[in-house]
Parts: sequence; C-alpha cells; structure tokens
Amino acid sequence: MAVRLHIWGDHACFTRPEMKVERVSYDVITPSAARGILEAIHWKPAIRWHVTRIHVLNPIRFQSIRRNEGGAKASAANAASAMKRGTTDGLGIAVDENRQQRAALVLVDVAYVIEAHFTMTDRAGPDDSAAKHIAMFNRRATQGQCFHRPCLGTREFPAEFALIADGAPLPESRLIERDRDFGWMLHDIDFARGNESRFFRAQMQGGVVDVPPFDAEEVVR
Amino acid sequence: MSTPVIQRHEFVLYFDVTNGNPNGDPDAGNMPRLDPETNQGLVSDVALKRKVRNFVALVKEDQPGFEIYMTEGATLNNQHKKAWAALLPEVTKDDEFKRLPKDQQKAQELTRWMCANFWDIRTFGAVMTTGVNAGQVRGPVQFGFAKSVERILPLEISITRMAATTEKDAEEKGGRTMGRKHIVPYGLYRVHGFVSAPLASHPTKGTGFSESDLELLWQALGQMFDHDRSAARGEMASRKLIVFRHQSALGNAQAQSLFDRVKTWRVHEGSVQEIGSTATDNWPPARKWEDYKVTIDREGLPAGVEILEL
Repeated sequence: MAVRLHIWGDHACFTRPEMKVERVSYDVITPSAARGILEAIHWKPAIRWHVTRIHVLNPIRFQSIRRNEGGAKASAANAASAMKRGTTDGLGIAVDENRQQRAALVLVDVAYVIEAHFTMTDRAGPDDSAAKHIAMFNRRATQGQCFHRPCLGTREFPAEFALIADGAPLPESRLIERDRDFGWMLHDIDFARGNESRFFRAQMQGGVVDVPPFDAEEVVR
Repeated sequence: MSTPVIQRHEFVLYFDVTNGNPNGDPDAGNMPRLDPETNQGLVSDVALKRKVRNFVALVKEDQPGFEIYMTEGATLNNQHKKAWAALLPEVTKDDEFKRLPKDQQKAQELTRWMCANFWDIRTFGAVMTTGVNAGQVRGPVQFGFAKSVERILPLEISITRMAATTEKDAEEKGGRTMGRKHIVPYGLYRVHGFVSAPLASHPTKGTGFSESDLELLWQALGQMFDHDRSAARGEMASRKLIVFRHQSALGNAQAQSLFDRVKTWRVHEGSVQEIGSTATDNWPPARKWEDYKVTIDREGLPAGVEILEL
C-alpha cells in the first residue's frame, strides 16, 4: 500500500529542535513533517502513515527572514477565569508590549517526493480496509483535495502536492550534490510515550534519504 | 452566527505600494523586504494578518464574538465587554464529550469559548498553554508570503528635521538632524491564501469560522490598507481579489492549477507582454497599476469550482 507524493513550495522551515528560538531549518524535510503532509490529505485514526524514503529534487538553499512575533501564548488559566466571569476583559495580548524579533533560516524553493505506506492501527473498525484508505488517499491526492492545506514545516509556507501514479517516472531532479550526510535528524515524535522525540542518522545517497522504521534499532531516543 | 464554512477556498490578492515601504525588514535596518536572489519584494504573512486583524477591530468595534485576541496597544482601550456564552452553538455535551477525560473536556470547552469570542482565533488559530492537545487551535485561514511580481528598487530617502531631540544635538548640529526613509517607488505584490473548510466546520477540530466571518475576511482583504495609513506606508491599496470557491469541503481541484489561471502581464503603450519577456527590456519600469494587467483564464474550469472577483 505504498504511495508516492510530489510536494513543492517556495519556502520551507523544518525547524531543528536545538535551534527553535531563532529558527534554523534542517536541510531536508523530516519524516515527521512528511507524515503531517500526508495526514493533511487523508488520515483516520484507523491508519498510521510511515514515511520510507524522501527524494530531494532541488538544490538545498537557505534564506534568512526576521519577523516580529508574539512572545506569549494564550493562557488557558486566564481564559478559564474569564469564562467564569463572563467577560473577556484583559484577556487579549498586546503584541507591541509582548514582542520578540526572531530570525528564521528557511529553505528556499524546495521539492521532494515522499514515499510512504500506512499500516492499520488497533482503532480500525470492521469496515476499515487498507484498500479503502489507499483508494481514498489516491483519489484525494489526484484531485488536489485535502482536509486542510498541507504546509512545509510552518503554516505560512503552503505546500503544493501531486500524486505520482504507479509506474510514472519521478519528476526531474535539479540536485547537484547528490550524496550528503545530514547528521542526526528528527525522525518523529512518539506521542504514545509522552511526546518523546526520536532521531535517526539521515544520509542522502544519490538524492534519496532512506528512512528507517520508527521502531528500528538505529532510531534513537 | 451563520453556519460554519463548508467549502474550501483559495484566493489570490494583488495589492500595490506607491512611494512607501510595505513591510520593513528588521534585519536590514527597516529596508523593504527583498528576496536576495531575485530582488523581488516580500511582505510577510504576519504583516498581512496584522492588517486584517486591525481592520476587523475597527469595523466591529468590540461587538461580541468579534474581539481580537492579538491586539495592538491602540485598540486595547475597551472596557466591560460582556462575553456572550450565547454565541456558542448548542452542544449536547453528553454524546460529544462522553469519551473524553475530564481535563480534555475542559480544554475543549475553553477552546470553543475562545473561538466564539475572538475573531482572530476563529480565523487564524492560536496556541493555548494547556497540556492537552485540544489547547491548540488551527484556524482555517492560511496566508503565504506576498511577493512582488517584478523586481523592486528600494530607495533610501534622506530627510532633515528642523528640530533636535536632545540639547546636546541642538548645540552640536545647529538644531537640525537627518533621518532616513526607505521607499519602494512602485511595487505590485501578489499573495496566495487558503481557507480549509474542515478546520472551520469539523465537529471537533473546527473553530466555527462562519460564512459571515468569511465575508468579513474578504472585506478586510479589500479594504485593510485604507485604514493603515502612516508616514512609512506611502500609498497602499488592494487592487484585485480573486477567490476560487470549491463545491466541497475537501476541494474539487488542485490549488496550483487554479493559481496558474491567474496571470500578470506588463502593459506599455498598448502592448501586452509577459512578465520578464525580452520585449520588455527597453520598457520603462512599472510605476502604476495600469502598467500591469491581470488575466483570469476561465476556460475549462474544473467542475465544482467557481471564480469570484471581489
């Protein structure tokens, strides 16, 4: 039940967890972000996507963008007390008093092909079959349908996507340096174990990053 | 409250700037943002969202359900607002929250209340500091970065002031100080946006972003620059808003194929050429909206998609 999805966009930011404040993107899309894109197109609790390979199609280039960002999150405690009082007084955040200027080192002009498949989870009901879900995904991806607009790391960088049909050739690659070691990279976050991150050694050979299974030995916590 | 949005939308907005700075780059001493590789101008997504928020704050003046969470200080002078729990759609809690643990149910109620009261949370989403996943709201509306259709030329204008701030300045410089302004003589910018219907109307993930909210968004996109005048901005105006409305929530066509239908052309003395074509090499630079032409290819539109020009 494998699918191949071509995704591309003007900018992308797959933030490195060690550089979150002044964001610095990884050189390529993480399996986690790729899974998010697949889920934006089709997902049900009955299935789980596994990204197996990532083809890098464009040269890896960076650009810096600095923006004024809000420095505070909405406080649930304040919202709860405001809800009790029945007034929204003092709930808002004044952005000009709460401002942080942050730079982001983002990728420019990216394109990838994600190879992935899904497995059924224990939440699958009697009428959930793999064939049904693959048909749904393929139908949506072919017609450009999505549950919500997929993005390249952050929501201000929308992703365009197109399904690569079985047997169809991959899009042309403009990658120059085809072999590279990206070092340790986030694989995905283990939501079952208290949102623990897992990492793997990302190596690109011939423009392709092979992604080990999430519970493989070479994926470390 | 009208019904939540159940149709996917994409939009293309053209806006232009004349002798102003649409969006300064804090990294470059407030010069207009530039894509360093192509010299095209950029306007960040958050700059546009700010203007949309300010417009809604101005038009709706604290009407219940239209408050703005991420406010600018100037709009914070509102007092004694009654939050209307009545804005909330009737929820039959028993069947809806049955499977949720208690803290998650609470988080969902909070989220729902915030969405009902604050227009910008309903539209763009917000992150709440709850441990539960429901504390994060993804709004249905997404903006990309705006990019100018051609290269822009940022100019630095030196200006003098006939007064000094400090006495020391007054003595040293004879009471006159110099300042700098950055402007773009002219730039036409294009931005793409998305409205993901399921994030508005989905029973658990939806924010309740409604049809009337959507109308307000279109209105904001059309008029937001009219209420954002300042010394730095020069003249900015929304020029064209093209909306693709899909029949279904998931959409009926690929977004990129729709965006490709909207094309920008250069116009000079009656001749119309593609942007960047060699025929335009000796043309003077564009300095007004009439130097451009926007066409929409309506031929063979995919079934279930309609084009609205607002």
